[in-house]
Amino acid sequence: MESLFTLGRHTLAGVRALLVLTLLLGVAYPLAVTGVARAAFDWRASGSLVTADGGRTTSYDDAVGSALIGQASSGPEWFHPRPSAAGEGWDPLATGGSNLGPQSAELVATIEERRAAVAAEEGVDPADVPADALTASASGLDPHVSPAYAALQVPRVARENGLSEAQVAGLVEEHTDGRTLGFLGEPRVDVLALNSAVAALRD
Amino acid sequence: MSSLVPALLQVAALVALLALTVPPLARYLAHVYSAPRHLAPERVVYRAVGVDPDADQHWRSYLTSVLGFSLVGVLALYAFGRLQQHLPLSLAMEALPADGAFNTAVSFVTNTNWQWYSGEAALGHLMQMTGLTVQNFVSAAVGMAVAVALARGLARSGAQGRVGNFWVDLVRGVLRVLLPISVLGALVLVVLGVVQNFDAPQVVGTLADGSQTLTGGPVASQEVIKELGTNGGGFYNANSSHPFENPSPLSNLVEVYLILLIPLAMALAFGRLVGDRRQGRAVLAVMSILLATSIGLLTWAEMAAPGAAPAAAGGAMEGKEVRFGEAGSALFAATTTGTSTGAVNSMHDSLTAPGGLVTLFNMQLGEIAPGGVGSGLYGMLMLAAVTVFLSGLMVGRTPEWLGKKIGQREMVLVALYVLATPAVVLVGTALAISTDAGLAGQQESGAHGLSEVLYAVTSAGNNNGSAFAGLTTGTPFYNTLLGVCMLAGLFLPIVFVLALAGRFAAQHRVPAGAGTLPTHKPLFVILLTGVALVVVGLTFVPVLALAPIAEALQ
Repeated sequence: MESLFTLGRHTLAGVRALLVLTLLLGVAYPLAVTGVARAAFDWRASGSLVTADGGRTTSYDDAVGSALIGQASSGPEWFHPRPSAAGEGWDPLATGGSNLGPQSAELVATIEERRAAVAAEEGVDPADVPADALTASASGLDPHVSPAYAALQVPRVARENGLSEAQVAGLVEEHTDGRTLGFLGEPRVDVLALNSAVAALRD
Repeated sequence: MSSLVPALLQVAALVALLALTVPPLARYLAHVYSAPRHLAPERVVYRAVGVDPDADQHWRSYLTSVLGFSLVGVLALYAFGRLQQHLPLSLAMEALPADGAFNTAVSFVTNTNWQWYSGEAALGHLMQMTGLTVQNFVSAAVGMAVAVALARGLARSGAQGRVGNFWVDLVRGVLRVLLPISVLGALVLVVLGVVQNFDAPQVVGTLADGSQTLTGGPVASQEVIKELGTNGGGFYNANSSHPFENPSPLSNLVEVYLILLIPLAMALAFGRLVGDRRQGRAVLAVMSILLATSIGLLTWAEMAAPGAAPAAAGGAMEGKEVRFGEAGSALFAATTTGTSTGAVNSMHDSLTAPGGLVTLFNMQLGEIAPGGVGSGLYGMLMLAAVTVFLSGLMVGRTPEWLGKKIGQREMVLVALYVLATPAVVLVGTALAISTDAGLAGQQESGAHGLSEVLYAVTSAGNNNGSAFAGLTTGTPFYNTLLGVCMLAGLFLPIVFVLALAGRFAAQHRVPAGAGTLPTHKPLFVILLTGVALVVVGLTFVPVLALAPIAEALQ
C-alpha cells in the first residue's frame, strides 16, 4: 500500500514534469528551430523545391519536385532513375525498400528481368548494366543513379531528343557529383537536375 | 561501387571528429551531473514539478521516480495516438488502433522507437513533434540518469543507498546536454537539406508530366534528437534513408557522429565521476574495440556482396541509396545497432547474410558497443562486474571493484541483469515462431524468415528499434508481444541496475589490496571484451546458427 502511495506521488510529479518538458521540447523547441530555419535557410526548410528549368523556389505551385527527392521519368526521352519500391513507385506517402533478403528467389528473378529490360532498352550487353539500375533503393526516393547507369542511357536520350551524344554526355558530366571532400559517399548523378537540363537544351 | 580507401577515410574522419569532441563533452557531462548549483531556469522547473532538487534519493525512491515518470509518458503518448485526429496539424490522420497506440507509446518511452506504422501515412505533425519528439529527449535523459546513478553508487562510500536526485538528473540531461546540442544540430541538418516546416502533403506536377505528393514536416528538429538520443524513430517510414531526413554523404557523417557522441562521452564521464579517469578510458576502449570490429565486418560483408541476389545484381545495392553506397550504409548499420539507436539509412532486411548477422549480434551484445546514451554505460558496467567476479574466482578472493565488494547479493543482481534481456528475446522469439499469428508476418520462409522474427524481438528486447522490415508487424499480436518485450527489456534491467547502485552506495570503500584486479589496464580491457562476447555467444549462438549463419552458408 505504502509503495503504491509513493508511486502515486512520484507519478503526480511525473505529470507536472512531462507537461513542463512538453511545452519546452514539443512546442517551443520545434517552433524556434522552424523560425530560424525559415528565416535563414528558407529554401532548404521548404524542401529544396525546384522549377522545371532547375531553379530554386519555395512555392509548391511553381515546383516540379524537390531537388532531393527522386521522381518517375519512364518515357524514352528521359534519363530513368533506379527502380523504386515506394508504393507504386516514387510515392513519398509510402516510402521504403523491397526488404527482400539476399537469398530471395523473388529478388533474384526481379533482378534478372530488370537486367534484360534495361539491356534491351539501351541496346547494351546485359552484363554491362550496373547494380544500381537493377536494385530498388532503401527509401524508394533515391534521386541519384551511378555515373555508369547515366552513361548507359546517353545514346538513347540523345537520340530521342534529337541531340548529339556529345551534348548529352556533357550534361551528364555537369550533373555528376564526385565523393564529397573526395572520400564521403559515392559518385552520383542527380537525375531530376539532369532531365531538366536535357529539356532545356531540347526546347 | 564503394572502394576501400574512401571507406577507410570516411571512418577516419568520423574518428577524428569524435576524438576532438568526446573528451571535452565527457568533462562537461561529469560537471553537469555533479555540480551542486542549480541554474535559474532549472529552479523554475523544479518549482513547477513540485520536487526538492536538493533531496538525495534512496535507490528505491529514485527507481519509483523513473517508473512513475515513464508510466506518465506511456499514458500520455497512448492518449495522444488515440486522439490525434482531434488535434491541430493532424493532416486528417486517423486515431491509431489500441494495440498500435500501446506499442508506439511504449516504444518511444523506452527509447526503442520500434515503428509498426509508416510515419508519412499514419501520424500528424503534432503527434510527431509534440508526442514523439518529447519522448526522444526524455527517454534519453532517463537512460543517462540511470547510468549516472550507478556511477554514483560506485563513487560514494557509506551513503546509505542514496544515489542522487532523479528529477535533477532528468532536467539537467535535457536542459544542459540534449537541448543545446539539438538546436545546433537541427540547424546544421537544415543547412545540409533536411526539411523543417509545418506543411501538409502537397501535390506537384513532375517534370515528366506525372504528379508526386511532397511530404514536409518538422523533420530536422526530430531527426537530430533521434540520433543524438540514440532513439531511432524516423519521421518517415524510410527513416534515415529518406532524402528529407538524410540528404547527403555529409549529413550521413553528421548523423553517425551524433549517434556515437554521447554514448562514448558517457564512458569517459564515468571515469571522472568515480574519480579515476583511467576507468573511463578502459570502458571506452572496450566499446571502441567492439564497434570497430563490427564496422569492419559489416563494411567487408556489404562490399564483398555474398549471396544470390547481390551476385545477380553485381553488388549489394538492394535497399541502399546511391549517395551512401555500400560503405556509408555499412557504417550507419554498424553504428545504429551497436548503439541502441535503430535508425537506418539502408534496409537491413536486404543486407548480406553476414552483414545481417553482425547487426543482430550487435544488438544481442546488449547494446554496449557503445550502446544507448545511458544503457550503453550501465550495460558495460554490469558486464565489468561479471568480469571482476570471474577474475576473483580465479584467484580465490572476494572480488572487489573500485573499492566495493562484489558479494553474493551484488552478484545475484548482476546475474539477473545479464539474464533478463536474453530471456525476453528468446522467450519472445519462441512465442512468435510457435504461433500462427507470429508466423503470419514473415515475408520469407526458412532461415531468412526466422531471421526476420528473431531480429524483431531482439530489437524490441534490447530497445534498438531497427527491423528486418519484411516482417509485417502492425498486427495486434506483434504490437502486443513487442510492446511487452520493450517494457520488460528496459525496466527489468533498470531495476537491477538501480538496486546494485544502492548496494554499492551503502558499502564503505575498502582499500585496494595485493589481490585486487586493476580495472583500468589492458588485461582488464581484454577480459571484459572476452566476457561480453562469451556471454552473448553462449546465449545466442544456437538461434543464430539456425537463422543468419544458416543463410550465409546457403
